[in-house]
Amino acid sequence: MEYFLHLAILFSIFAILAISLQLIVGYTGLLSVAHAGFYGIGAYIVALLLKNAGMNFFPALLLGALGSMLVAFLIGIVLSRFRDDYYALGSLGFGVIAFSILLNWQELTRGPLGIPGIPRPELFGFEFSSNLSYLLLSFILLGAVYAFSRFLTLSSFGRALQAIREDEEALSVFGYRTSWFKLAVFVIGAGMAGIAGGLFASYITYIDPGSFNVTESIFILSLIILGGLGSLRGAVVGALVLILLPEALRFVGFTPDIAAQMRQVVYGVLLIVLMLYRPQGLMGKYKL
Amino acid sequence: MNAITTERLRKTFGGVAAVDDLSIVIQKGKIIGIIGPNGSGKTTLTNVLTGIHRMDGGVVVVGKKERTRIKSCEVFGLGLTRTFQNVRVFEQVSVLDNVLIAITKKGVLGSLFERASAAQIQNADAVLARVGLTEKRDALAAELSYGQRKLLEIARALATDAEIILFDEPYAGLFPEMVKRVSGIMQELKAEGKTVILIEHDMALIRELCDHVLVMDAGKLLAEGTPEAVLSNPSVIEAYLGV
Repeated sequence: MEYFLHLAILFSIFAILAISLQLIVGYTGLLSVAHAGFYGIGAYIVALLLKNAGMNFFPALLLGALGSMLVAFLIGIVLSRFRDDYYALGSLGFGVIAFSILLNWQELTRGPLGIPGIPRPELFGFEFSSNLSYLLLSFILLGAVYAFSRFLTLSSFGRALQAIREDEEALSVFGYRTSWFKLAVFVIGAGMAGIAGGLFASYITYIDPGSFNVTESIFILSLIILGGLGSLRGAVVGALVLILLPEALRFVGFTPDIAAQMRQVVYGVLLIVLMLYRPQGLMGKYKL
Repeated sequence: MNAITTERLRKTFGGVAAVDDLSIVIQKGKIIGIIGPNGSGKTTLTNVLTGIHRMDGGVVVVGKKERTRIKSCEVFGLGLTRTFQNVRVFEQVSVLDNVLIAITKKGVLGSLFERASAAQIQNADAVLARVGLTEKRDALAAELSYGQRKLLEIARALATDAEIILFDEPYAGLFPEMVKRVSGIMQELKAEGKTVILIEHDMALIRELCDHVLVMDAGKLLAEGTPEAVLSNPSVIEAYLGV
């Protein structure tokens, strides 16, 4: 039972990450590989505030989200002037820098040693120490992120994001300052990633920079490509499949000496087959 | 009263002047045709006027505002809108939403808390009916034929309610019935007091619709006048036919 609760909590954290990146990549067409950076900033802010400042989880989570948003705002001011490949490269640069800072700013982050002993959340004397209670908390936050994202995508703002994805220049002729929209969605997505980071830090109770490198950004990107670009449900389904698939492959019956490698191979082959026969993803509207 | 005036407007690409010190006047409330052979600078002029290309020199006066630089996002505020020679609809967005984009709020904060109102949707539907795309309102723009996409671009431009509308070869790829509909729309716009700038190669349409015609060649103004006068001008005939 604990094993399934653990998977469900991981799923909800990655679903928040996928939804937030879906807004940036799937809806707006900005190929960002910086997302793990904001996930990491949120995680570290929450971890440090909980552990060193003794702050309650919930204000710390808010500050984690705001911290990610502030960094996204500063990065986004530059990044929003770019589009297409240049945007992807710029975001990659930020992802690498964020990881390097987490790894090398040892006085604050303890570098590769990471931060152990991060406390679990507490609310009015109730501690979310059991996995069931933590699952409830993470589902509530996932629900809130989903609802807010749905609200955004159904608004005029969401319509403008999709038009940016289709033809940014043509949209600007209709009076839209498209770089501001790109900046806004980048900051909003980063805030949500910060929430996911805070949830992750307090759940695992230990973080190190390895969880927030560029490979992690690419994993989050693969969640939304698999689930389908331009679909919030697709982001959730992508997270569900890619969190559960490696676990399901445990039961395939590979011999123990090659099991781990074979799971990676099967996992990779499934992704390739899906992209060949359903390039728009499981629930997506269009191809990247 | 002039809708647009350019003075020594210049745009170069790699040292080649696509618009070469061009000084023209677009009169308000009229249908102004811009013709010229391929490569004469018509579309570049359109792109400069709507901020797609940055001008390299000269001045553009739109209404009373004098500009040495126009950003594309400012064009809407100048009361100017356009269609594109190569259709640029938002393909993976519904036909209705393509039109709503021209109607709904343009700022980040305003648009965040706005959902299209019944009145805005009604307005978009009316524009779609005007161009004959009512049946396609819920389809993705990508599902439309080339001609229908052209009509959608026209609908999007009409939805802005701009005072000056720039049509860049709007008839290309349209069936005769659609051509008639678009010509009717242009005449209606003129009757509403709006200024229509029409870039077109079909001389019969230029003759039928335009009050005044500007002829461009190699980025310069070759001739201007009424359609009859311009189309019988030997230098215009030579520029077009090379005879």
